Amino acid sequence: MSAVEWGLAAIAGLAVVAVLAALAAPQRVRPTTVGSCTAALGGAGIAVGVLAAAGRRGAVWLPELLPLFGVRLEFDPLGGVFTAVAGAVAVAAALYSIGYTRHGLDSRTVQAALPLFVAAMLLLPAAASVATFLLLWEAMAAASLLLVLAEHRRRTAVAEAGGWYAVMTHAGMVTILLGLLLFAAHAGGETFAQLRAADLSPAMRSTVFLLTLVGFASKAGAVPLHVWLPKAHPEAPSHASALMSAAMVNLGVYGIVRVGFDLLGGGPAWWWLLVLGLGAASALYGILQAAVTTDLKRLLGYSTTENLGLVLLGVGAAGLFATAGNRALAGLALAAALLHVINHAAFKTLLFLAAGSVLHATGTRDLDGLGGLRARMPATTGLFAVGALAAAALPPGNGFVSEWLLLQALIHSLPATAVATAVTMPLAVAVIALTAGLAVATFVKALGVGFFAKPRTPAAESATECGPAMLAGMGLAAAACVGLALAPTLLVPALARAVQVAVPGTEAATTGRLTLELSGITGSMSPLLIAAALVVAAVGILAALRVFGARRARRAARLWDCGGGGLTARTEYTATSFGEPLQRVFDDVLRPEQDIDVTHVRESRYLVDTIHYRRRVPDRIEHRLYAPLLAAVRAWGEAGRRLANGSVHRYLGYGFYGVITLLVALAVTR
Amino acid sequence: MNSTGAAGAVLQLVLVAGGAPLLAGLMRQVRARMEGRAGAGVTQPWRDLRKLLRKEPITPRGSGPAFRAAPTVLMATALVPAAVAPFVTTASPLDGAADLIAVVALLALGTVTLALAALDTGTAFGGMGASREMTVLALVEPTILLAVFALSVRVGSTNLAAIVTATLHDPLRVVSPASLLAAVALAVVTIAETGRLPVDNPSTHLELTMIHEAMVLEYSGPDLALIEWASAMRLTVLLGLLANLFAPWGIATGASLTALPLAVGVFAGKVALLGAGLAAAEVFMAKLRLFRVPELLAGSFLLALLAVATSFFLA
Repeated sequence: MSAVEWGLAAIAGLAVVAVLAALAAPQRVRPTTVGSCTAALGGAGIAVGVLAAAGRRGAVWLPELLPLFGVRLEFDPLGGVFTAVAGAVAVAAALYSIGYTRHGLDSRTVQAALPLFVAAMLLLPAAASVATFLLLWEAMAAASLLLVLAEHRRRTAVAEAGGWYAVMTHAGMVTILLGLLLFAAHAGGETFAQLRAADLSPAMRSTVFLLTLVGFASKAGAVPLHVWLPKAHPEAPSHASALMSAAMVNLGVYGIVRVGFDLLGGGPAWWWLLVLGLGAASALYGILQAAVTTDLKRLLGYSTTENLGLVLLGVGAAGLFATAGNRALAGLALAAALLHVINHAAFKTLLFLAAGSVLHATGTRDLDGLGGLRARMPATTGLFAVGALAAAALPPGNGFVSEWLLLQALIHSLPATAVATAVTMPLAVAVIALTAGLAVATFVKALGVGFFAKPRTPAAESATECGPAMLAGMGLAAAACVGLALAPTLLVPALARAVQVAVPGTEAATTGRLTLELSGITGSMSPLLIAAALVVAAVGILAALRVFGARRARRAARLWDCGGGGLTARTEYTATSFGEPLQRVFDDVLRPEQDIDVTHVRESRYLVDTIHYRRRVPDRIEHRLYAPLLAAVRAWGEAGRRLANGSVHRYLGYGFYGVITLLVALAVTR
Repeated sequence: MNSTGAAGAVLQLVLVAGGAPLLAGLMRQVRARMEGRAGAGVTQPWRDLRKLLRKEPITPRGSGPAFRAAPTVLMATALVPAAVAPFVTTASPLDGAADLIAVVALLALGTVTLALAALDTGTAFGGMGASREMTVLALVEPTILLAVFALSVRVGSTNLAAIVTATLHDPLRVVSPASLLAAVALAVVTIAETGRLPVDNPSTHLELTMIHEAMVLEYSGPDLALIEWASAMRLTVLLGLLANLFAPWGIATGASLTALPLAVGVFAGKVALLGAGLAAAEVFMAKLRLFRVPELLAGSFLLALLAVATSFFLA
């Protein structure tokens, strides 16, 4: 057995141990036991993933485990990257869950679902046959659904979110199932090796790609299939949100890369234009909604749609370049997309866990009701700031590195020969830039309004710092963010191997140890040197101030209150007011709903007594696309109910007429 | 990387840091003269800075670490681009560390620290300034990156020194339609980024109109000095980029030390000219309503898009 195979065995073994521990351990020690077992499981996932990404192979075939087909697992570098990411997220989330699930989330089902979910995500990138892939995909969906529903007794919104999630994820599952079954039927076998060797007609290839794309894009939270995401992620417990948002959605991207590039071996340009368009729409729509929402976890959920949109944009660009024969650029774009998957996983884990701590300490996710946390929860605030810097894609954060690589790939696509490339690439650059600008505004809002200034409610006033286990989980994720920001060059060899699986014949996207130097095209940037230069400059300024400035003690003074007496929290800007200019600028896209109720004083209608103002920004896609669809389904169901009114005579009649029709049909066709 | 390059980098750092207040003074003086006032003289900002630096540092009650750290970080984000960008020499040893995109992102980082500091005070003015500044930043970003795109397509690199050297070797590129359109687009976003008329009025303290001033309202003493100084440096860096990306003549390229003094003089002249032009134009302009600013920025975005399109179709 190779090291990778031992690792697979360890994953399976640890998953079984963790589930048994969840079922058997007494309630008092259950979170600790399950949390540490799941963290070990995640650690095994990292080890296997890193080994696979380093080029070590390993395959397992267990014919007895699944009737007819058997379970077939095989690791390659592409799968290894995704398994390592899922494992790393699982370690942080599992450690965090030891502290987080102690109060009210320690039931057997919820605890057992966690290791199951993690194990499914760790093994899915290793699936090497259609049956295994679908089995693990469904296990992942079911386990995550249990986690989403964990708090359904406490909040009614959880049940609604669970409903949306269940329907969307299974609708996606159905299209993937159809696509892969069609593929397997025409390939004459269901292992991935047979699928790769299959010779399909172009029409069939496109059908397979489109069917699977719908399912995978829905898992990745791409517009317009994203509706479950901003509902399910906020309502799930925060460690589950982190796992879903940082690890599960990535597997949608994995599916597109695996099927589109590896199994189908690439396709016509319009496939990839479609993926690119989906990505661009998701990035823009996601971040626009995030910029105007006031719910912290919903904001993070929409930011996931945005970031996965950027990843899909990179995947689409890579496909486009590969179709045009430009392998160097295709490799760069795909490497940038994969690096963004890794970076997004790191900072989104951190942000969701920090949001969970805030929820834990204050009981609210509403930014308008938070504030002042930096004095009450200093560690959480600092960690959230690290994540926000990364999510805003500013240097020296890690998000900047992958967006820079992606921009380089797009910018160097010109001068191109194809008009489609020449038109899409500038627009794609503009989309990334607008997304980056809005992301900055969004995370300034989340950090500045949510954590800084004065507390806006008593709940925020009485917040206290969370426990050591939760801090440890967040600390691990923050360390990953810092490491990725300073030394992204360490990942380059692994990424190069992963990219070679999808686009054969490419080289490493960048060279250099300290500096990211693009290979094949001129361009370089060094995140480490930028960070060092900033630190040197800041230290120099402080030293100069100390030497040349006035050596007078700092004095505390009153805020400028226009002479009107002390300022209260009511005069602070809220998240709503912070997002208002952006909401006005993008009024045509967002279509906010406003109600104003003015009550007049009884004596005179010229004097106003009270004004009630309500504004909400609904998800327009949900309102315009899904609401009519759901109404139609409901109307159809209502119409169907009239057929069944409880009368036995009527049912006998249906049977009678049914048999007659069948007989007539047989008589006519024979 | 050579000793001349290192000397040039240090020289341009000193030049930007020392010259930025003079540029601000020059712009105020041009404005004053055109409005029929005598003006306080070109060196007035330096006198202001000296006065502020000697004052007692004050922390408003209720503000936190973000408020305290912001002046230093803002200054640092202005200093690093000043050392990297090709102002005096194309051979800065840090040139490979940050390209045009990274420089733009570093300047944005400075804006973000200031916005966070403004929110940290918890006053209505701070929030108002931060919210408006972030809106403008979000809308400016696409134009900047598209202009970067248009500039780098003809060179095949986003590296600053590469763009400048390519223009030096082929001067006719500057008058190509793509380059002219990109220059206009970049000029508009420079005005927006540095908070000049018609986007923001640097000399207003009226709550309905102010953006930048609302964010720094709580600062005083040495902190305010750092912020004023850093803001002047950001203006210098952006005008310097505008000058050298489109008219790089005079910059030192080789290893000879004698080219450096000439390069310093030419660069100072170019930036002073641009600054004086901007100040003169401001005399004839009124500030736009905040919600008309997106239209201006959309216009500059369109210009940048046209620049990329022409660079493709006319190439």
